[in-house]
Parts: sequence; C-alpha cells; structure tokens
Amino acid sequence: MTELPQLTDRKLGLVIDLDTCVGCHACVISCKGWNTENYGAPLSDQDAYGANPSGTFLNRVHSFEVQPDAGAAQLIHFPKSCLHCEDAPCVTVCPTGASYKRAEDGIVLVNEDACIGCGLCAWACPYGARELDQAAGVMKKCTLCVDRIYNENLPEEDRVPSCVRTCPAGARHFGDLGDDTSEVSKLVAERGGMDLMPEMGTKPVNKYLPPRPKDELASDIDVLAPFLKPVAEEPKGFMGWLDKALDKLPGGAK
Amino acid sequence: MTFQQPELDTSPKVSDEIRKTTCYMCACRCGINVHMKTDENGEKQVAYIEGNRDHPVNKGVLCAKGSAGIMQVNAPSRLRAPLKRVGPRGSGEFEEISWDEALDIAVGWLKPIRETNPEKLAFFTGRDQSQSFTGFWAQNFGTPNFAAHGGFCSVNMAAGGIYTMGGAFWEFGQPDWDHTKLFMLFGVAEDHDSNPIKMGIGKIKARGARVIGVNPIRSGYNAVADDWVGITPGTDGLFILALVHVLMKAGKIDLDYLSRYTNAPVLVDASDGPNKGLFLRDADGKPLVKDRNTGELTAFDKPGVRPDLSATHEVDGVTHRPVFHMMADRYLADEYAPEAVADRCGISAKRIRTIAAEIARVAFDEAFELDQEWTDFRGEKHAKMIGRPVSFHSMRGVSAHANGFQTCRALHVLQILLGTVEVPGGFRFKPPYPKPPEAHPKPHGKVTCNGPLDGPHLGFVHGPEDLMLKDDGSPIRIDKAFTWENPMSSHGLMHMVISNAHAGNPYKIDTLFMYMANMSWNSSMNTRGVIDMLTDKDESGEYKIPKIIYSDAYSSEMVAYADLILPDTTYLERHDCISLLDRPICEADAAADAIRWPVIEPDRDVRGFQSTLVHLANRLGMPGFVNEDGSAKYQDYADYIVNHERKPGVGPLAGFRGTDGSKAGRGEVNPDQLDRYIENGGFFVSHIPDEASYYKPWNMAYQNWAVEMGLCDAPTPYLFQLYSEPLRKFQLAAEGHGERQPPEHLRARIKETLDPMPIWYDTDQTGNEGFTVNALTQRPMAMYHSWGTQNAWLRQLHGRNPLYVPTKLMREKGLSDGDWAKVSSPHGSITVPVMEMAALNENTVWTWNAIGKRKGAWALEHDAPEATKGFLLNHLIHELLPPKGDGLRWANSDPVTGQAAWFDLKVKIEKAAAPADLAESQPELPPIKSPVGTGPKDLTWKVGK
Amino acid sequence: MHPAPSVIAFTTLSGMGFGLLVFLGLGMPAVTGLTAFVFYVLAYGMAVGGLLASTFHLGHPERAIKAFSQWRSSWLSREGCCAVAALVIMGLFAFGAVFLGAQWRFLGIIGAGLSLMTVFTTSMIYAQLKTIPRWNSAWTPVMFLSFCLAGGALIAGQISLAQPLLLGAAVIQLLTWHVGDRAFAEAGTTIGSATGLGDRGDVRAFEPPHTGSNYLLREFVHEVGRKHALKLRVIGFGLAFALPLLLLLAQPDSVGVKHLLAALAVLSHLAGVVCSRWLFFAEAEHVVGLYYGKR
Repeated sequence: MTELPQLTDRKLGLVIDLDTCVGCHACVISCKGWNTENYGAPLSDQDAYGANPSGTFLNRVHSFEVQPDAGAAQLIHFPKSCLHCEDAPCVTVCPTGASYKRAEDGIVLVNEDACIGCGLCAWACPYGARELDQAAGVMKKCTLCVDRIYNENLPEEDRVPSCVRTCPAGARHFGDLGDDTSEVSKLVAERGGMDLMPEMGTKPVNKYLPPRPKDELASDIDVLAPFLKPVAEEPKGFMGWLDKALDKLPGGAK
Repeated sequence: MTFQQPELDTSPKVSDEIRKTTCYMCACRCGINVHMKTDENGEKQVAYIEGNRDHPVNKGVLCAKGSAGIMQVNAPSRLRAPLKRVGPRGSGEFEEISWDEALDIAVGWLKPIRETNPEKLAFFTGRDQSQSFTGFWAQNFGTPNFAAHGGFCSVNMAAGGIYTMGGAFWEFGQPDWDHTKLFMLFGVAEDHDSNPIKMGIGKIKARGARVIGVNPIRSGYNAVADDWVGITPGTDGLFILALVHVLMKAGKIDLDYLSRYTNAPVLVDASDGPNKGLFLRDADGKPLVKDRNTGELTAFDKPGVRPDLSATHEVDGVTHRPVFHMMADRYLADEYAPEAVADRCGISAKRIRTIAAEIARVAFDEAFELDQEWTDFRGEKHAKMIGRPVSFHSMRGVSAHANGFQTCRALHVLQILLGTVEVPGGFRFKPPYPKPPEAHPKPHGKVTCNGPLDGPHLGFVHGPEDLMLKDDGSPIRIDKAFTWENPMSSHGLMHMVISNAHAGNPYKIDTLFMYMANMSWNSSMNTRGVIDMLTDKDESGEYKIPKIIYSDAYSSEMVAYADLILPDTTYLERHDCISLLDRPICEADAAADAIRWPVIEPDRDVRGFQSTLVHLANRLGMPGFVNEDGSAKYQDYADYIVNHERKPGVGPLAGFRGTDGSKAGRGEVNPDQLDRYIENGGFFVSHIPDEASYYKPWNMAYQNWAVEMGLCDAPTPYLFQLYSEPLRKFQLAAEGHGERQPPEHLRARIKETLDPMPIWYDTDQTGNEGFTVNALTQRPMAMYHSWGTQNAWLRQLHGRNPLYVPTKLMREKGLSDGDWAKVSSPHGSITVPVMEMAALNENTVWTWNAIGKRKGAWALEHDAPEATKGFLLNHLIHELLPPKGDGLRWANSDPVTGQAAWFDLKVKIEKAAAPADLAESQPELPPIKSPVGTGPKDLTWKVGK
Repeated sequence: MHPAPSVIAFTTLSGMGFGLLVFLGLGMPAVTGLTAFVFYVLAYGMAVGGLLASTFHLGHPERAIKAFSQWRSSWLSREGCCAVAALVIMGLFAFGAVFLGAQWRFLGIIGAGLSLMTVFTTSMIYAQLKTIPRWNSAWTPVMFLSFCLAGGALIAGQISLAQPLLLGAAVIQLLTWHVGDRAFAEAGTTIGSATGLGDRGDVRAFEPPHTGSNYLLREFVHEVGRKHALKLRVIGFGLAFALPLLLLLAQPDSVGVKHLLAALAVLSHLAGVVCSRWLFFAEAEHVVGLYYGKR
C-alpha cells in the first residue's frame, strides 16, 4: 500500500488562482467544517478559548509580500493544502501503509485505522500539508473531499471539494489534471500554472496560477495619452466645444 | 506485492435533513443550508453549514464566518437567561432572573417614561437587521431617540449616494459584473456586500478585466487589484476631482446622458436673494431647462424636450446658467489639475492622468450596445441600451472622514459624468433603489406623552425646515442628529448618545436601551472615556445615566455595563425577516427578501430580541401593537412578520402574499407565508423584466414594475443631482436667508462644507501638530461585521492584531517585527506589537479592528491573546476634536452628516520595547466577571457517529 | 526540527546499544556467563529502551505492530524489521554466551551485521528526507554508523579500536556540521521556489495563516540561536570525542582507576552524543518553515 501506484487513471486535483484569491479564509473554514463532521476523526482544537488556541486544519491561507525591482510591493494570498503529488514522498515513508495514493484518481489519503501517528509522512512532505491531530493521534490531511466528489447523496453540482464549492471569488478549481482537455488543464495551459518547489521532485498534481503582472498601467501612458487630449485650454473654449459636441449628438437639432 | 488500497465508502450519508435559512454572521445575509444530523439522544443537531446555491445573494458560496456558524451557535459565550445587575456597574456581577421578572423590571422603567416624557428613553440598536421593526417599535413608544449604528459606520456613503443619485454602493447597488471591463474600487475595509463583491471580482478576473484599487493598504481586494493606488488617507475626494478635471477637459464625458438624466442642464437662479443658487422652477415646482430644439424654457420632464447643457437664460439682466456651466467653472480650474493635487494625494500627476486616460478609453472606446428596447420617462423609445463598461465601488474608508460626504458625492459625480450609472457595464441599483431623497421619509421628532411619534425617526432633510430642533432651537434628539452641527445625519449619531446622555446635553435621559452594540468596547470612540461615562455617578450617588437595558446573545464587553440584560438567541434559533422595508437582499435584476427561522430551538432561557420587544410593547399597551381593547395584535416577532401591514397589502415580507400565497409585493396577509418561505429555501425572488433592467430611474418599465411590487405608490422618475439643492438651502441659511438660522459659530463651516457641488477640504487638523502618521483600522474578512471573535475557529485565524507599519517607518523608528511601539494621538496612547508591511502607504499604519477583547468577556480565558496582545485603536480616537481655544468642543465627525470620522486619526509612533520586555498591550483594563464562565479546553466536534 | 526528547533518547541509546551488540556479536569481547549477562543487559537495555522511547511520540503506539508491514518501501518499517531481527539473532547469541558459554560465531556475525543494519536504517529515516536538506545526505548514515561503532567499541571496552573510531567519528562529526551548514542553501529551495513567486521580486512571508501556533510550527520550526548552537557544538564535541579520547589516553596504574576512567569516558561520550543529537534535530531546518518566513 505504501508503494505508489505505477499510474493513476485520473489525476484529480486543484488549480488555485493566485490572481484572484482575496485571502478571505472561506476555504479554510469550510474545509474545517466539512472534515470535522466527515472523513475520519474530527479536526480537533486544543485550548479553544484559551491562550494558545491551536487546531488541526487541512487548508491554510498564507500571505506573502513581493517587492519587485521597481514599483510598489505586492501582497499575494496563498492557500495551501495537500498537492496530491504524483511522487508523494509522504506515502513511501509510511511504515504501516496507512498513507496511500489511490490508483483510480491519484488522491493521497490516510487510512486512519492503520495510522500509528508516527508523523514521518508530515516530515517528508515539503508543503506542510499533513497535521497530526492532537486528540485523535492520527495524521490528517486534505482528502480532496473524496467523500463529496463521488457522493451520490449530494446533488451532482455539489460533488466538488468543500473549499471549491465555497470559494466566493472562484479562485479554486477542481478537475482532472491528467486530462489535457479538462477545464483545469486548459486553465493551467493558458495561465502558466506552476508547481511549488519543483526541485523537490514531488510532481504535485495541484497547480497554482500565478498573479497577472501588476501596476502596468503607468507604462501605458504613451498609448493612453491621446484619450486625454484637451478639447480646449480655457473655460470659454470648453463652452465652444460643448456647443459643437451637443450638435453632434444623435437627435441633435441643428 | 501488488498495489492495493483499502475499501472506502465514497457516498456516506451527508445529513438527515437540510434546513435553509439566512446567515447572520455579517451584513451580507447569505442563504445557508444547515445540515442537521440526529445525535445519540435522537435530537437534530447542526452538523455542517454551507451556502445555498439558489440564493440570490451568495449563489452557493459562503465565507469563513458563515462556515464557522456552528461554532457561533454553540459558543460558550452565549447568555443563558435574563440577568439583573447585583454588583456595581462594570463589575460583571449579575444574578439570573426569570423572563417575567425581567419584563416587569423593564416595564417598570419604561411605562413612566412613556407616560410623562418619552424622550427620556434612548433606544439605539447596533448590528440590527430589523430596523424597520425596531424603528416601528420606537416610533410607537413615542421617543424621538432611535437609530442604529449607521451613524458611526456608513451614513456618508448612504447619504452621499441618495442625495446625489437616489442610491448608494454596498447592498443598495452593484457593478454590472457581467459586462464591466474596468472596475475601480475605493476605500479601506473589505466590507459590505462582501460575498457578492468577491464573486464579482472573481467574475471580472476570470474575464481578465482590469481592477484598480485606491486604498492606502494593499490587502484583500486591493491585493488582487491589477493596479494599486496607495493614496494618502482622506484625499480620495481630491483625487476624484482631479480625474473629473482631466476627463472634462478632454471632453471624455457622456453629454447625451448628462443632458437627459441629470440636472446638469437645469438652470440655477443667479439673482441675489433668498433663491440664489436654487433651481428655476415652473408653477408646478418642476426644475426648468432650456430645450435645445426650441430654445424654450421647459420643465425638465416634458415629452420630447432636449435639455440643453449649454444654453443660459437671461431675465432682467441676470443670466441664469445651467448646472453644467457651474461645474465647468469649478472643475476645469487649475486647482484640480493633477499637478496641483499630486503631492497631497501621494499620487504622481502622471499616474492620475494615466488612470483618467484608461477610464476614458474603456468608457468610450469599449462602449457597446445591448439589443434591448426601452422607453424613458419623457416617452422616448430607445432601440438599444448603451454600455459604458467602467464601474466603481467604494468601501467604508472614504466615508469615515470628516470630508467623507463630499468625497462620496464626488465619486458619484465622476461616474455620472462618464454616463456609467444604471447602464450596461456600469453601476446598477438593486431594488428598492433607485429611490431619490424625496421618496424617503423626512425625519420626525414630535413627541406626545403616551402616544406615538409623529412619523419615522430617520430620513432625509431637504432644508433647514426639516431639522429636528425644538422651538428654542435646541436639539430634539439626544444624539443631536438633524441639527446645524450635522444637518443631514440620516442615520442618527449612535456614537454621541452616551457622551450626550452623560453630559445631560441637550437633556438628561432616564433609560438607555441598546441592542447588539458594544459601546463599552470596540463600537465607541474613546473606549475608556465611555466606560467612565457609563459608570459615572452624580452628587447623589446615582448613575448619571440612570438605567441601562441591554440585549445581546453573547457575553460581550457591554453586558457588564447594563443593569438589566435581555438575552437574545443565536441566529439559528430565531425568526427574522430581511425586509424590502429595510435593507433587503435584492439583486440588480430582482427584488428579493428572506427570513430566518428557528432551525434549532434554544437550549437556554433566551428569546429573540424582537419577540421581547413585542412582549414589552404588549405590556406597555403601545399603539401598533395592541388592539383597541388592549389585546395583543402579535404574540411574537414571527406573528408580526406575517400579519403586520405597513400600508394595505404591504408588509415586512413581499413574497407569497395573498390568501393563497400567489401574490408578490402587494397582497393580503397570508397566514402560511413563513412556511412558504421555508419551502422556498428561506427567501423570495421576483425578477425585473428585461426591458426594465437598466436606466431604472428613467425607465418606465421599471417604474411601473416598482409600483406593482409595492416599492413605491406611483412612478417617480427623477434626475441625478450633480448639484444638490438641499445642500444649497443650508448654505443660504448660513448666508442669512430664511427664518431658521444656524448659530453664529457654525455659519462659516456650513457655508464651506455644505457646498451643492462636490468639493474637497482638508479635515480639521487642530491639535495634530507632531502627529503626522495616518492610522486606520479594518476588520479582517474572516471577521467582518461578525458579532464577536470568540468563535473557536475564527479566533485561530486572527487571535491577535499587530500594528502594521510601512517599511520606511519601521526603519526610521528602528523597529523589527514583534517589537512594541508606543502609538500616541492628541487624545491618548497605546503600546502595541508591530509588524512590517511593504504594500502600504508610506505614511500610514493600520491594524485589524476589534480583535482586542476585554479580560472576562466572550467566555475567553484571561490569558487569551485577544486580551493580552490584541488591542483597540479606539483608545486613540475621541468623539470630540481637541479644544481649539474658542470655548467650544467640536465633534469628530462629518459636518454634513455627523458620520464618525474614525479615519481622520493622526498618530506618532516610537519604539517602546523588545518583544520579551512587555507582557501585554497597553492600556490594560481590569478584568470583568464573566456571567457565563469560560469555554471548554478542547473541542472534538462531531455530531454524527 | 523540534528536538523531541523521545527521539533524541531513541537514536542515542539505540545507536549505542546496537553498537555494543555489534562488538559483542563479533566476540569483542568474547564474554560468557555473568559478564556476558551484564553486557547484554546493558546492550538490550539501551537498544530496547531506545526503541520503546521512540514509541512515546506515536499517536497510536498500540498499533505499532503494523509498522513492520511496509519494509519494501519505508525505512521506518525496515528499521523495525532490522531491529527485531537483530534483537532476536543477538538474543539467541546472548543465550549461548550467557547460559551455554558458547560463542556461535556465525550467528554473532549475522547479529552484528543486523545491528549495524538497524542503525543504518535508522539513519536512513532521516537521510531520505529531501525536505530537510541538512539530513538529506550520505553524511547522515556515515555519522550514525561512526557514532554507533565508536560508542559500541568504547562501551565494549575495545580501547585500541575505540580510539581510532572515536577519532574517525569526531572527524565525521566536524565534516557533517560543515556540510550540513551549507546544505539548505545548496538544496536550492527558497521562499521563491516554495511560492513560485521568486521571479517577480523579493518574497517575504507576511501574515501567517493563523495567528496561533500549529502542529507544523511545533514540529518543524525550531529556531536555535547561532551563538547557542556553537556553544553546544563545542560542548557536544568535547564530551563525545575529546574528553573520552583524553581519558583513554591516560594510562593509570590502578585497574580500578582505569575502569573508572573508562566508565567516565562512556558517560561523557553518551552525554556528548545526546548533545550532538539534540543539535542534529534542533539545527535541522524543514523547508516548510519557508512558508512561515522561518527556517
């Protein structure tokens, strides 16, 4: 089980649009809610109303500032959860076979009944995608809502991960990244979807769409200047222009 | 070994039942699906909350607060029963009492007030979503003293919009997300209409359209803006007027639109005297324009008239000019040239021109047409609808300044000049808007003992005659709303109530009655001062504010300062209506309203506040609530929602009216109305016909539809008011005309600030010498407008709040992340942890608002980070400006509307200590005793097995 | 990485315990009877004690048996298997030595080999982790094995072997530190590659996802002051290698003093290895820290 499947039939995953994510944390809490009530042990919280509240979350939104060589600093909100890597190091290190990657869709899961809570999979994950639940003593991670995406008790349109369903800005997309014709694959191709830490060789399935270039308006001044050509320099001249312009309006009488 | 994996049930049961209601975690009011599961005791419990896909507001999405609702309905801070204060005010010492006793006490206080002097009751509600009901209650009680929290939140935005174009941003309108190609977003705070804005930004981002953010802080929506303008706080109006200058000068304005739909062609009286600056009107009182076809002086709305933007009218040697001439005079002047404003705004002249050019390019070069016929109010048929795909929106930031009203007006004038309001691709109203100021009530304040007030409290004044002044010129209202100090204070001034009541100015009150308003903490300027006022006693040892009744669902900081607590339910345990009479949940294409209903029953001895008001009204025998024989009309709020009629056939809910539930808008009472709402997912939607979808203020199809829906009683087409006559009327009074005259000390200010055409002025800087850094606050998106941060999931996201300091200031002051800094204003100082932020105006600091909590509140432990590291900027802000030496104390608010000028705060900052050297943020207030104890240590939440 | 006492105790004790078993298996010393009993109690005490200590950090120690199943792919599983095999084989060998006075040479060699394998597999649990560049190198197994052999020789009383082995381990320790200090930079993982935003400008972690702590920060982010680390390195190096070597160089006349010095050398070495192992964890930087602006 701990071995990775040679090939998965599909590569289900998320495409996260960093150009659109406003950092609202909706996905974080929706995930917390769904996964507290569903798959495996609830996501517990320690010291919930005290000095050091700390709970298990499968999805967290970071934020980074980028200071380009020239121009204003940028702020980028950055949701991060399991990337369901093709070469998932978290799976192969597992001593019990609790961690596995599904052959049919590539989802990386933890079989909580087999998990001894050694934490080694979390050590092996470069992305911080796994958290050992302090109450249950088992490793928790994003399941890509495997209990939603095929769930016949849900309307078909709701068979997407909870984070995708809830994202107000539509910054999260779900689909088969193994299928070049899928919407998510097209997005990745169009927008230059990228891998996190490619040097780790994990081959993440989840992709991130980079923010579009920012603050470019200032460089367009030469193109835009004609739009501001004054119609007159003096208020008097402006009135002259106005009269002519009014005549040119559709329905203008004279 | 071959690869193998465990069997997995991928279709587990999701829930036993879905109950659809409306969220109350903020002002967005999204539809939610509450998934219920049966617990081991056979009782249905809330298991999971998600957005309702069919709902007009959120269409299935849900924010962090909404999804965290389960932690809110199970919060340990929920109050459990009515409380009677037994220790001194502020101690938090209470005893639990029965509802009967609680209502007896309240009636014992309120009945004599009603009988002898109703103004002795001040009834103010905070994050109230039932203002049409609470206002109705206050009106029938008879007190003139009622308002909600709009005065310290948003009145500039609302009043600026309504006086200019009969509607504002936020839940009153929205950009045409499907067609806009350039979206310009002003102001700090990721607030009102938050999910629709996120959805809209997502839509236009998906199309690759451009977003320009104008905000000192590049967070949230501004982080995804393609272009960020890190403007100096308080100068938005100047920047906007510079855009107006450049666009007018280049002729990039929509003359056809201006001539047809605005008062730009309306002629202004130029003759000296009491009418100077008012419109020339015909015998019917209709503003006059020159018809460009005939050259005749004509009423603006005459069929076939082509109002002339250019022609003047000469009478007796006096040349009366159209508004547009006056605008050209003012805005073409060099004082509004980009070069003249660049330094003050902190935006280069080149950048201002580039942005103006891009606006011009998109508005006019990317204009498009929709093949949709429509007929305007002059009877003219139009074959197409012209799209100007530039849209604007503004957050609270621009309005929280003492020049905010004029800034909001300036922004509306900009979009009107471009012809992009109520056209495809531009800004669109949501029903019941458009609604010009004339269609709103005026304020009312005539008190009769044992009788109702003469009309609704809040409204829109049209001149000095509408001010709420007694015969001796003193204010009718405790908050001094609608007085010369702030004539157009349409939302009241909740932030002045406690200080005025404490000072006995304009008069003393007996009972302060508040709902969901954390006045002893984050909802007040000058928190410490307010705490002192609430606990201050007179010579006889009595509290200066003799009695305080407070209703809240949670153990907020305010609870400790009340004498009687009427515990409210959580939002999943109550009936509510999100009514068209109030702030509805409509879309630009539809009218909509919604309900809340008890998807779970309270497990505590608490009642929905509105039902409590019904019970009080019944015991007090208030008109509107009891029949002639004294019997109760309504048993509770649900009963009121269904059976109350504001006018015949029009009630709190517009949907499923009529005896068989088939009528929309107008119709007889339907006893099954709530059930029909529940069946329909908790809401009702009625779509606007296609030919009525744009040009609503002038579109007869829309006007007729609005009448059918009961939004108004007759078609009321109107012109956008680039030039606002009510403002001019106040100016005329200040110039000495008319019977009602302002006090001398206010004349100059009224003349300057109540200008009928948008202006920009610097806010009062008296006392700010040496305080040069702007200080702002905003709520994080995961907590915006939510009631409390004690939510176990959300508090993990934002459990403490650093002061964000721009890189340059960090270096100058030798600060590093986590260091403590002393931040002082002319009013006080705080010591707080700092964090560097590069994407920030270089002379601005800010923090997340209302993260800081008082020890003992919200069922948090005393060492919770909210109580140790969290802090409020409120301690630095005073409701009054520093003394100017004229013997007067001037309010720290907008001179037009009285809106609290939170964002005019100026501070200085200096390093206080390294991270390890200070234990807690300063000031550190002593703990209050929690009436509910503290929450459990650990949570392992799971309802199902 | 969080220097968890259980893991430090585990790797230190089991390393030394299995080291002792290596030498016992090789018949150095070829003890029998009561002496053997004492040696084996010591060896098993450390090896098994270490293994037990390692279960303290498990969420579900009662399921530990499952950890033997994935030896094909998981170094942790392999370690478990090797440890059990080594302990069983060496147990048989010990039985022979203690109760039968026998030295089953073939069995002993196999046991010694398995004991070394166990330490190697332990080291590979760390060395395999690309996420922790300091560990992700051949130096990690080399270091573990050299410590195991040096400690084993020392405790087995193989003075003449212990001296060069200690010297070798000391050199390896210095090299491991030298290489380790550069490993993170050489691995090339930066906040830029972690976020994919590196080509846009300087990337800086701004607000963390949560204001409070979390499992990842507690487990993976442990910031040790540079000065503090240097001090600990000096102490650890001194105790683990320098002092034992000095003590072994001393040639006292009295056998008692000699044994006392040897015991001191063992204890000093043990304390030094604990110190080195603490640094091994505390100085190891997980790449996930980059997302939090920490290493």
